[in-house]
Amino acid sequence: MSQDSEIAIHHQHEHEAHAHVGEHVHRDDMGSKMGMWLFLFTEVLLFGGMFILYAAYRFTYSDAYKVAAEHLDTYIGTINTIILLASSCAVVLGIVALQRKNKGLCLGFLWFTQLCGAAFMVNKYFEWTHKIELGIYPKGPALADMSEGEVVFFGLYYVMTGLHGLHIIVGMIFIGTVMVMIQKNKLTHDNYQKLENAGLYWHLVDIIWIFLFPLFYLIH
Amino acid sequence: MANGSIAVPAEQKGKLVDFYKQESKHKGIWSWLLTVDHKRIGLMYLLVMIGFFLTAMTFGFLMRLEMLTPGQTIMKPQTYNTLFTLHGVIMVFLFIIPGVPAVFGNFIMPIQIGAKDVIFPRLNLLSWYLYIAGGAIAIFSLFTGTGAADTGWTFYVPYSLRTTTNVSLTVFAAFVLGFSSILTGLNFITTIHRMRAPGMTFFKMPLFCWGIYGTAWIQVLATPVIGITLVLVILERTIGIGVFDPALGGDPLLYQHLFWIYSHPAVYIMILPAMGVVSDIIATFSRKPIFGYTPIAMSTLAIALVGYLVWGHHMFSAGTSDTSNVIFSLLTFLVAIPTGVKVFNWVASLYRGSIEVTAPMLYALCFIFVFSIGGLTGLVLGTLNTDIHLTDTYFVVAHFHYVMFGGMGILFFASLHYWFPKMFGRMYNEKIAKVACIIFVIGFNCLYFPMFIAGYLGMPRRYYDYLPEFQIYHVISTVGSWIMISGILLMFANLLKGLRQGPIAPANPWDSTTLEWTVPSPPPMENFEEIPIVTRGPYDRDGLIESKVKHQLKH
Repeated sequence: MSQDSEIAIHHQHEHEAHAHVGEHVHRDDMGSKMGMWLFLFTEVLLFGGMFILYAAYRFTYSDAYKVAAEHLDTYIGTINTIILLASSCAVVLGIVALQRKNKGLCLGFLWFTQLCGAAFMVNKYFEWTHKIELGIYPKGPALADMSEGEVVFFGLYYVMTGLHGLHIIVGMIFIGTVMVMIQKNKLTHDNYQKLENAGLYWHLVDIIWIFLFPLFYLIH
Repeated sequence: MANGSIAVPAEQKGKLVDFYKQESKHKGIWSWLLTVDHKRIGLMYLLVMIGFFLTAMTFGFLMRLEMLTPGQTIMKPQTYNTLFTLHGVIMVFLFIIPGVPAVFGNFIMPIQIGAKDVIFPRLNLLSWYLYIAGGAIAIFSLFTGTGAADTGWTFYVPYSLRTTTNVSLTVFAAFVLGFSSILTGLNFITTIHRMRAPGMTFFKMPLFCWGIYGTAWIQVLATPVIGITLVLVILERTIGIGVFDPALGGDPLLYQHLFWIYSHPAVYIMILPAMGVVSDIIATFSRKPIFGYTPIAMSTLAIALVGYLVWGHHMFSAGTSDTSNVIFSLLTFLVAIPTGVKVFNWVASLYRGSIEVTAPMLYALCFIFVFSIGGLTGLVLGTLNTDIHLTDTYFVVAHFHYVMFGGMGILFFASLHYWFPKMFGRMYNEKIAKVACIIFVIGFNCLYFPMFIAGYLGMPRRYYDYLPEFQIYHVISTVGSWIMISGILLMFANLLKGLRQGPIAPANPWDSTTLEWTVPSPPPMENFEEIPIVTRGPYDRDGLIESKVKHQLKH
């Protein structure tokens, strides 16, 4: 109780210091982080729905899943996994750099993250176009000859990796916005919550890939 | 207090201007459309929502009219299919789900916890715009493409994949509305955790805030699942990805699972904040603290939790395994326990209270009666063997109208009457309000009760035509719809008149104990001149009198 009210009082001072009449805008780092985590929960559940579908169909079509997974290129998948892990590491280092007032180094790490994101998408592009050339796409000629389980597998493959790719792009935009703010000194060593939020989002996108990679590429 | 863009005239210093008159940097209509004030956003929701409600009510009225006689009465079968789809989509996604949280959660909750606004005001405005966008897309989908959706609000596959009507766009509207709901939920959870006034512990919050809190969690945790499901339906319709379509190896039952993983908890999104309203109203008009505050608060969380795990009872006759049916049936019964805890606590709060039957109180009492019928018939449907007889009959239709309209709907009206003075600074004619309530409740029972009997006798839902032996029930029901709608129109007319010419409302017309009644009606822009320090419980009448005396001694 006493701790609770202490937080509230502290919070109230914070509020008054930053309040503008009629604007209601104020800074609350803890609240901002909490909001971000709640948003991440929703993302987990968004993909959760797809993972349920994946699991249910894996149970129905276990043999077809094995056949279909042979079509995926484990090398590209592995490279993309390494790329994303490296990028996540770079975001963390970027946050630490900003906390230590090294703006240049922070931006350098974030540029590296952007580069990784782009590289991931380029790989994905080649992977998808290659499959489409082979006729493996919804309503495509090659897919029409495959069994029902394989059709479902590739349906899920395209939707899940596609949705994940979309999240990579959103993450890159998020980090890009934060980079501009750092450049303009709007985010500094004692005001870096937005960068941390962007980092959290990027880690989530990374973690989803950590599950997608074995489920689609590795289990044969 | 920092001064921003507003200059307060000298004579008004110390006396805060109410939020309608407060000038902001935007003028005219833009002071509303670009506002980040939670009160203005709440009122914008209210305005649009009443519009949607009246539209969907008209659709319902036309459907009832069509069912007056067997065969064609006023419309073609396809029109009927479209009407019940739209009635469902608009009522569920645009009125019942966002109703209480978006309007009263926005307007009242921050004041009840002693905050100046929600924690993310801009995000709050974004939620409103997403809500408007979703509503606009839903309406747009009626008039474009190949005709309005005819699938029912559940969009069950494979029909929703095969029908040539404009399902993709309607589904997309529901997706956008889901986004709005998620952002509102996220905002409210964080607000309740971070913005409570000093001394306002969780267990000193009014029960309405608990309702909003439980609901917000469901909004955040359940809505994404339907989001992805609806996206899959769109992708399947547009580019032919095989996930649900049995022709491509998909399993339609999985769609039903994913759909109800959201849509069943959504039932509790609708009812939890409404139940919070009842607790506030009953405590106020019984003039005593609510009986069993902690159990009511905890049962809110229990309903939210268990309600998340009962979705399978929508598929008892769809081919799920017996084992899963038995488990889901058991879990369904478990929800009745926390719900019963609430109902008994409300009744116990009335016991030996000094009850004053005002208009909001009358609505709340009617709610307990009507909702109990809805809740108990829910148990009939949750039982496996009776459900097989009653699935997809009018019994189900009657049941969910009793819990949704009889629950959330009546309480929406109750909240409107309870907080009307606070929101608009004026009173309405109470006598007419009570008459309207009685007409409404009589019409309501006349409209929906015969459906229980017709359904029990085998009248299937969603059918355009029926056997002559069911006509008597349909006629009673249709007449009921006329009575009910006259009650609703009388209610709105009375409120509108109060809005324009009603006597000016004092700060605390009901002698309530919660924080929103300590600020002027309507509240000033920042709600509180200074953030209050809370030392008493939400319904603590003795504490209230004490602090009043102290206040008078001080001045």
